Parts: sequence; C-alpha cells; structure tokens
Amino acid sequence: MSRPASSLFSAALVGPALLGAFAKLDPRVMIRNPVMFVVEVVAALTTVLFVRDVAAGADGLAFSGQIILWLWFTLIFANFAEALAEGRGKAQADSLRRTRTEMQAKRLTGPGRDVEIVPGTALKVGDVVLVEAGDLIPSDGEVIAGVASVNEAAITGESAPVIRESGGDRSAVTGGTQVLSDAIRVRITAAAGSTFVDRMIALVEGASRQKTPNEIALNILLAGLTLIFLFAVASIPSFASYAGGAIPVIVLVALFVTLIPTTIGALLSAIGIAGMDRLVRFNVLAMSGRAVEAAGDVDTLLLDKTGTITLGNRQATAFRPVRGVTEQDLADAAQLASLADETPEGRSIVVLAKDTYGIRARDMAGLNATFVPFTAQSRMSGVDLEGSSIRKGAVDAVIASLSGQPISGQPMATRGSNAALAYQPTAETETVAEIRAIAEEIAKAGGTPLAVSRDGRLLGVVYLKDIVKGGIRERFAELRRMGIRTVMITGDNPMTAAAIAAEAGVDDFLAQATPEDKLALIRKEQAQGKLVAMCGDGTNDAPALAQADVGVAMNTGTVAAREAGNMVDLDSDPTKLIEIVGIGKQLLMTRGALTTFSIANDVAKYFAIIPAMFLTLYPQLQALNVMGLASPRSAILSAIIFNALIIVALIPLALRGVTYRPVGAAALLRRNLAVYGLGGLLVPFLGIKAIDLAVSALHLV
Amino acid sequence: MTLNGWFQIALFCAVVVALAKPLGGYMTRVFAGERTVLSPVLAPVERGLYRAAGIDAAQEQHWLAYALSMLAFHGLGFLALYGLLRLQTALPLNPDGQGAVAPDLAFNTAVSFVTNTNWQSYGGETTLSYLAQMLGLTHQNFLSAATGIALAVALVRGFSRASARTVGSFWVDLTRTTLYVLLPLCVVYALFLVSQGVPQTLGAAVEATTLEGARQTLAVGPVASQVAIKMLGTNGGGFFNANAAHPFENPTALSNFVQMVSIFALGAAMTNVFGRMVGDERQGWAILAAMGVLFLAGTAVLYWAEGAGSPVLDALGLTGGNMEGKEVRFGILASALFAAVTTAASCGAVNAMHDSFTALGGMIPLINMELGEIIVGGVGAGLYGILVFVIVTIFVAGLMVGRTPEYLGKKIEGREVKMAMLAILCLPLMMLGFTALATVVAAGLAGPANAGPHGFSEILYAFTSAAANNGSAFGGLSANTTFYNTTLGLGMLFGRFFVIVPALAIAGSLAAKKTLPASAGTLPTHGGLFVGLLVGVILIVGGLTFFPALALGPIVEHLAGGLGQTYPAGG
Repeated sequence: MSRPASSLFSAALVGPALLGAFAKLDPRVMIRNPVMFVVEVVAALTTVLFVRDVAAGADGLAFSGQIILWLWFTLIFANFAEALAEGRGKAQADSLRRTRTEMQAKRLTGPGRDVEIVPGTALKVGDVVLVEAGDLIPSDGEVIAGVASVNEAAITGESAPVIRESGGDRSAVTGGTQVLSDAIRVRITAAAGSTFVDRMIALVEGASRQKTPNEIALNILLAGLTLIFLFAVASIPSFASYAGGAIPVIVLVALFVTLIPTTIGALLSAIGIAGMDRLVRFNVLAMSGRAVEAAGDVDTLLLDKTGTITLGNRQATAFRPVRGVTEQDLADAAQLASLADETPEGRSIVVLAKDTYGIRARDMAGLNATFVPFTAQSRMSGVDLEGSSIRKGAVDAVIASLSGQPISGQPMATRGSNAALAYQPTAETETVAEIRAIAEEIAKAGGTPLAVSRDGRLLGVVYLKDIVKGGIRERFAELRRMGIRTVMITGDNPMTAAAIAAEAGVDDFLAQATPEDKLALIRKEQAQGKLVAMCGDGTNDAPALAQADVGVAMNTGTVAAREAGNMVDLDSDPTKLIEIVGIGKQLLMTRGALTTFSIANDVAKYFAIIPAMFLTLYPQLQALNVMGLASPRSAILSAIIFNALIIVALIPLALRGVTYRPVGAAALLRRNLAVYGLGGLLVPFLGIKAIDLAVSALHLV
Repeated sequence: MTLNGWFQIALFCAVVVALAKPLGGYMTRVFAGERTVLSPVLAPVERGLYRAAGIDAAQEQHWLAYALSMLAFHGLGFLALYGLLRLQTALPLNPDGQGAVAPDLAFNTAVSFVTNTNWQSYGGETTLSYLAQMLGLTHQNFLSAATGIALAVALVRGFSRASARTVGSFWVDLTRTTLYVLLPLCVVYALFLVSQGVPQTLGAAVEATTLEGARQTLAVGPVASQVAIKMLGTNGGGFFNANAAHPFENPTALSNFVQMVSIFALGAAMTNVFGRMVGDERQGWAILAAMGVLFLAGTAVLYWAEGAGSPVLDALGLTGGNMEGKEVRFGILASALFAAVTTAASCGAVNAMHDSFTALGGMIPLINMELGEIIVGGVGAGLYGILVFVIVTIFVAGLMVGRTPEYLGKKIEGREVKMAMLAILCLPLMMLGFTALATVVAAGLAGPANAGPHGFSEILYAFTSAAANNGSAFGGLSANTTFYNTTLGLGMLFGRFFVIVPALAIAGSLAAKKTLPASAGTLPTHGGLFVGLLVGVILIVGGLTFFPALALGPIVEHLAGGLGQTYPAGG
C-alpha cells in the first residue's frame, strides 16, 4: 500500500467530501457534535420561520434569507472538513479492501496433509490451514510449522519478501499476504471480520472511531461555553424590551451562532481523524485515538539499544595485542580468521586490517584454507591453513579452548599437532591475565572484546565497538528538551551498557534486561505517574507492551506482541517511536491552538454585532462600532460570513496539523499563544472589516 | 487624579502583598493541623469543642461527605437565623424594641448571611435587635467566612495530595479556621477600631443635642466586633445602613485604609497558602499576580472615571472629580479604591454610594463581581473561584504544548472540566437570568429609582451582587419587596452552593489522581505568560458574556452622558 502525499484538496477527494457534507446533515449524525447540532437546530428553526414569513409575504426577507443561508453553509463547511479527513482514509481503505477478496483456504482435517477447501470466511479461530507457495494467507494466524517467504506488500507497501517461521519472534502472518515459497501451517487467530486488515480498514475509514477522553472533555467545555452564550443571548430580548424596543430573532440567532465556538466545534473531529491518518501515512497503525493522545503525553521512552540507538552490528575499531605480539601480527591473524566470515563483525575486521595495516584481503582458495564456522557450542570461528589454526571468539570461549577442553567442530589433526602448546598452563597464565585485563578495559568503554588465538597461543583482542547511530545524540537532546526521558534497554552487561548510554546520551539504561525487568521498570515509572512508551516484537515483550501506555509492536513480531501493543509499526522500525511521540503532540497542539483561536475570535464578533444590534435602541452605541462597519445589517451579515469562512480557511491547518518543534513547553506555549491567541484576537477584526467592505460593495444588504 | 492618589493605591497593594506571606505561612500551619503560637491557649478549647460535638479530629472525609456536612451545617444555620429574625421580639437584647422581621425579608437576610453575601434589604439599626446582630449575623459572619476558607483548603488538598480518597474534615477545617485565624485577628482588629472611635456597647441608642439645638437619636451598639469580621471575612454587612460610610463604622482615614487592607488580607494570603500547600510558592504568587492585574486595571479605570467627573456635572459648574455620593472625609481616591476593593473581594461593605458614581466608575464594580469574585475574592471563595478558571485555562491552552492538560501534576480531564463549567455557568445564569426576569415583570420594574440605562444598571447590579455573594448595593433600588427578597435570595443561594459543590467534586477527583512529576514538557504555570493567559481567559469566558448587558447599562449611559443626556429619578 503506497501512500503518496496527496494534496489536501485534490479533486478526487473534494467531490465525495462535498456529498458527504450534505449526508452528514442528518440530525442523528450531527448530535455527536453538540456545538454543530445546536447550530443545526437553530438553522432549521429559522428556516421554518423564514418559510412562514415568505408565505405571509413579509418584507425585508433578503437579509434573513442570507443569514439563514450562511448558517447552513457553516454546517456544510464543518461537515466538509470531517468528510475530507475521512475521505483521505477511505482511499487507503479501498486499496486494503482489495486484498480481502474471495479467498479459499486449505483447512487441515488431521495431523497429516489431508486438507479440505473451504471459503476464507468460514474459518474459525483455532483452525489450522496449510498455505503453500502462491497461496494467499486466508486470515491472521501464527505459523506452527514450517518456514516461508511471504510478500506483505499489501499491508506494508514494502515489496521485498519477509521470512515467517514457526517458533521465534517472526511467527505472525497477516491475512491477505502471499506466501512466495515453501509451505507453512498456520493456526488461525482471528475470525473473519476482525482480522488485522479489517481493523485497519475500520481505523483508516474512521468507522470505529470513538471519541478520545480528551475530545470528550473538550466537547464538555465547548458545550458549557455554548450554554453560557445561550444565557447571554437569551436574556437580550428582556433587556431590549426594558429599553423599549425589540431585537429580531434572526439577529439574536446570528449573535448566538457567531459566539459559540463553531470553529473548533466544526474542526474537532477532522483534527482527530487527520492525526490518525498522519500515523497511517507514517506506516503506523494506532488501535485507538486514545493511544495517539497518550503518545503526546509520554514521559519515558524505553528504547532497545540494537537497531534504535546503535547500528544493528558492531564494528572492529582496534587491535590490542598482548605483550610480545605486534599489532601487525594480530591484525594479520584476525583478518585470516575473518576472511570467510560473512557476518558484519567479520567483514569489519577485514576492512580494519586493510585500512590500518595495509593487509590486503587474501583469497581463501589460494591459501588452501578451511573455514571453521561459528557454532553455538564453540562460540568461536576461524580458519585452518597449512597446519596452522586461527580462532577468534568470545574471550572466555577462546581461553577455555586453550585449557584443553575438547572443542567440537575442530579437526582432530590440528589439535594434535598443537597439543604441546595447548598444555602449557603456567606459560599461559600471565597472558590469560593480560587478555582478561584488556577485555575488561574494552568492555568498560562499551565495546565487545574478541580474543584471537593462533595455534593455541593467545595473540590479543579485537576491539569491536557498537556504533551509535549518527545524529541519535541530538535526537535524545531534543527529547530531553521536550521533557521526555529516554531509557536504553539492552542485554549487554552493565559496564558496556553504561558506556554506550553515555556515548548516545540517553538518560538511563537497563542492562542485562529480561522481559520481567522491562515490565518492572514500566510499572515503576507508571507508579510515579509517568506515561511510558516502548516498542517490542517478541512474545516475551507482550506483557511489557500491554503494560506500557504506548506499546508499539513491530509488524514482523509475534501475534502475541501485536495483540498486546496499541500500535503496530508496519515498517518494524523501532526508531519511529520518537516520531510517534511527535505526531501525538502535534495532534494535541492542533486541538489546543484551534480552541484558543476559536475562543479569542469572540471579542471581535461582539464588537461587530452588539452595536449593530442595539443601535435602534440607543444610537449612542455607534461609538462601539470600532471597525467602522457600513451598516448594522452588513455588520451582522459580515460576522456570520466570517464565522463560516474561517472554518474553510482553517481546514488545511486542521488536517496538516500545527507545526511541532521539539522545544520546551514554555517556548511552545509562547509561540502558539502569539500565533493562535493573538492571531485569534486580531484576525476577525480584519476579516469582518474586509467582508463588510465586500458586502457593501456588492449591495448584499 | 493625583500623584498622591496613585501612591496610595501602590501603598495599598504593597501592604496587601507584604501581609500575604506571613499570614499564608501561619494559616498553612493551621490547616495542616500543626502547632502554632496560639496552640497553648486554643488547643484545649479546640479539643473541648470536638469532644462536645462528638467529632473525631483524625477522621477525614470523602469530598461528598465533606459537601454534605457543609450543606447540613448551613441548612441548620439558615433555620436558626431565620427563627431568630422572626422571633426577635420574644428574645432578649432588644433595647430599642425592634419588631419581628417579615418572612420574605427574614428569608433573604438569613440566606444572605449564610452565603457570606451580606446583602441587606433592611436598615440594620432600624430593623434588628442586638441579639440578632450579634448571635445571628456576627456568628454567620464568622462561619460563612470559615466555610469559604475550609472549602478552598479542601480544593487545594485535591491538588497537593496524590491517590488519596479524602480531602480533609469539614468540622476540623471549620473549627481551626474560626479558632486560630478569624477569632484572634478579629479581637485585635476590633480593639484597633475602638481606638479609632468605633462604638462597642450593649447600651441603647443615645440622644444628643446638635449645635443648632435639635435633638438627634444616635444609634450605637456592638459595632466594632461586627465590623472586624465583616471586613476580614469579606462579609460586608454593616451594623448601620450606611455601612462603612457611617462615621461610627469607619471614623478615620486610617480606619478606612486598614479596613481596605483587611478586606484583601486573608484572600490574598490564601494564594500563598495555596502555593505552600502544593509545594511551590511561585504558583501562589502567579495566581495573586493574575488577580493583581485585573484589580489594577479596574481600579485605574474607576479612579480615572471618578477623578475626571462627568460632562453633565461640568456643565453645572461642578468641575473636577465626581464627589456625588462620597464622604468628604474620604474623597475620590479612598472612595474609588474602596469600591474596587470591596467588589473585587466579595465583601460588599461600601463607604460611598456606587449608584452615584459616573457610569464607567459604576461599571467597574459590576465587572469585578461579574467575573465571579475571583479578584482576591471572598475569603477562600476567591481562591476556589479562580482555580476553577485556572482549570478552564489549562484545558484550553495546555493542549498547545502538545500534552493533555495538567496543572500541578494533575491531569485535567472530562470530570474536572464538567464541574468547572458547571461552576462557571451558574453565575451568568443567575445574574442575567434574574435581571432578564426583573426587567419585564411589573414587580421588578417597580424597583429601580431611575429610568433608562441607569435603572437597568441598578437591577443588574443587585442580581450581580447577590449571585456573586458580594452583597454591596448600588443603591437606588427598592429591594425590600417580596419579589426582590425572593429572587435575590435564590440568586445568593445558587451563586454560593452551585459553585461550592462542583469545586468540592473537583477536589475529590483531583485528590484521587496521581501527581505527575514536572518536566521540560510540562506547561509552566508560574510565569508571566501563564498569568497573562489566565487573565485573558477570565476576561473572555467570564467577562464577555456580560458585554450585551453592560452595553445597555453603564456603557450607553456613559455615551449618553457625553452628549449631556441623563436618566433622572422617576424619569
């Protein structure tokens, strides 16, 4: 699913959104938005009165007619904003829906390969299906046997196939994706209609959209303000009658509708939908709007070291020989041992030896060498050539191999020829101590030591270093300015972890972290009232993902992890956590900025309508007409037109969001208050005056 | 306007601010239940009171229990005061033989004193016995003030506690506030007033022969004791009808200055109590600063308007400031400042006739009250009133820093917003609703002495004063009628309890929440930016609602006055 940044007002979106705007006038839909519902009730009532007056042949209906027209425009503009926001999601939903076409499933009927063909919709949770090369996976499930390459482009937009296998952390498969090779057995974990894709469709379409707690609270505030202004306007007829006059209903309606916070009321749901949509465009699916809000509130970020803070692999940065061995010799041996080692670490050793000591990579075949691969038992790899054997590996493993313990995977002949060397405990003790000292020094500095031996003799240590990602330090400083604490999670020992933490600039670290440690850390932070975000992929991450306020599960992860998190990152990029926080903040800021703007607008509207309204009672009130509006009628009409047009003008801001800058709260407030608070105060004065000039020029009243 | 005048305003502010910290420190200790300098004397009395009432002082209350205790206490207080007023002929200490108070007036008066409003539809010296004044009114003056403070403390506990079920004990807060704060201060204060010439006697009115040889009855009584608490407790109910303009209530320039300071003293100190209780005094200063900005702006306009006088008076040859309705011994500044202070705090004592102020000068007291008595405000009431606005401000603007709103580590969510809006809604409903009623029914229209916008201002002022629990009278309105006694009484009741109960609900819900540690991402609420924001929200949300009413009252009167048009009595 590719997501090009479509322009906000592209024709393909505007047409359906306009239609949707009218469909949403249905009062059953409108009632979800109290402010706009009130506008609709008022608009409907004045329309009825207008029709009555027309039937009675009353005079001067052009003015009321225009006001009523603009009331309906206000409603349609509000609905248009929401429909436009939804429309952008719908386009994505349609492409997703295509993956959900009729699917046949091969349901296994027994332990063997006996299958029956059933429609995908007939599958129940717990059924086991066989999926072979070329088949679409019929529903969400977990691989229980086999390994296969799967094309998940339908979900992630990424065309490179991914490996899915039983056991481990990559066992989850998604309905609608295609197996490219091999065959897997999948236990179905989601019934038709509630699969991942179904949920995605519902989410991006906004169908399952529920108001978030903050939205509910904001709606209460807006409803309260609406009531206050209702009192203010409803008491005016009495006051006017005391003053010996009467105010036309249509003028009271105009004042009321311009005062109530229609701007934010109209754009509130569009802001929420657009926030979710921004995440989707970023290839992250939030399972609820609440999760997006929580992201903005996050106080502590738990970040996995590998892949987020450091590049996934370590690199050799130095050769540290023991006494009596030159760096050159050590580099030579290390390079020989690594020539056939295709791991990033191995390759980095070859490169370092070449770059620093000019030792050119040699051809394995030409050397008549045999590569000894790494095994979990030996924890070493190396090379045997011309009666000589070179090993590199974890310091303990290499030392242990020297003290005569049998090492599997090593040709007997090599061992025999070096037997004399291998059994010289006294000679080796000093060297062993030296190696250990070097190793500890490297570990303290955050590196990983790799011991190298040749023919049973320790030569020295290769300094493998975790390479901290470029720019990550600045990112963490940024987060700190935003008031967010970063905690690095790593399996490394505390010494190494501390060194990397210092280099990367994280605030804290959790070394030798077990899933239980992670969970405990989250609970501890939450007990202090903090909100915690983390990402994870494995089944053992599931409890922590569920406990975290924002749990971002990697799409490559297990079913358990995906169920536990409240967001899924389709790109499986743990770095994104930082951006997710930014998107959450942007959503909240947009909401606050437009609320402030909307409320600040009222000042100008009072000054437009109050003098116009009371001028017949007390001509002296002309002095309050600070904007110098042409006539009472043009003033009232201009105010209501401004009130409607400002909604349209702010749709782009509502959908794009207020620009978020990672500076402290004080600076953010200062800036936003200047733009949206002060702007909200001044813009309507200018806007209403401009519209008044146009209204007078066009002789609309 | 004179430089001396501005200097006096500055001096007044400086004294109030200087008193806030020591008083705040002392009161914080009182509310925390700690020992104070007065404990050796008062602690046995306090324990005795608890024992007599069967109160376990260690037993704290859930907000609902706190609210119910408060309502029950005031319900009984209302009945007792109503009974006392109706039966004063049969009770002792009535040397001047005052008759029984009429039912509607007794209702109005009882509500008025229970709600800390002290709206007086009656003339004190011609209506009430000494017993009614002392046992009925002075006693409610203490308790309604203590209740306001107790409520504010309960709300502050909501902010200062975390994951707590209770917000304190109403009985303990009430007792300690009265015993350790109000009583000792009032004893000293009353003695000071006596030194200035305020009478304190149980003797009957005295006959005097004037210089012209005419005989005059001079009402006296236990005045100093009532004046002390009427000021400190922001009650405002005068012993005499003329209130603080009466030479026996407010004899000297010094007593006038001290009375103004005493109106603000406890209210301003409560902001410091707030800061101390939440562990950051700057938070309290920020609140006081917001109050200060609103106060100074209003006072400046008021002083300017009164000092400039009006073109109508100028045309009559009365150049200079407007001295109509002002005591010559106080002059323009002391009258204008007093008016601003008494309406900013919900005191309601007056030393000049607000009705006689210029149109704009009379508008400032109206606005002060319409904002909800949050400019220092009633003791305690001002603090919980402004905290309600703080919640709304935080909610609107807090989002702009990209976090869901929080104040002092407490998340502001739906429930708090709902309760805050309820509390804010109540005032415009009462003020505008009853004014709208009174301006169309005959019984209401019979009240104002003046026609046109000025008459409208008189009605608006009465309901504004009642609902804001201020109690000051604009004058000019004949309010002792069944219609006004009943509607004003209802305004006072709703204006008090429909703000208090939501505020307590907020306290309960905040206390139950966790307190989040502040970080660089938290909206700072102690700086000038926040103060400005709070002032803006108060003016737009609390003030703009009244713009139509103000336009039809004082604003149009001012504009008409500029054209030489007036709205005389009976016209």
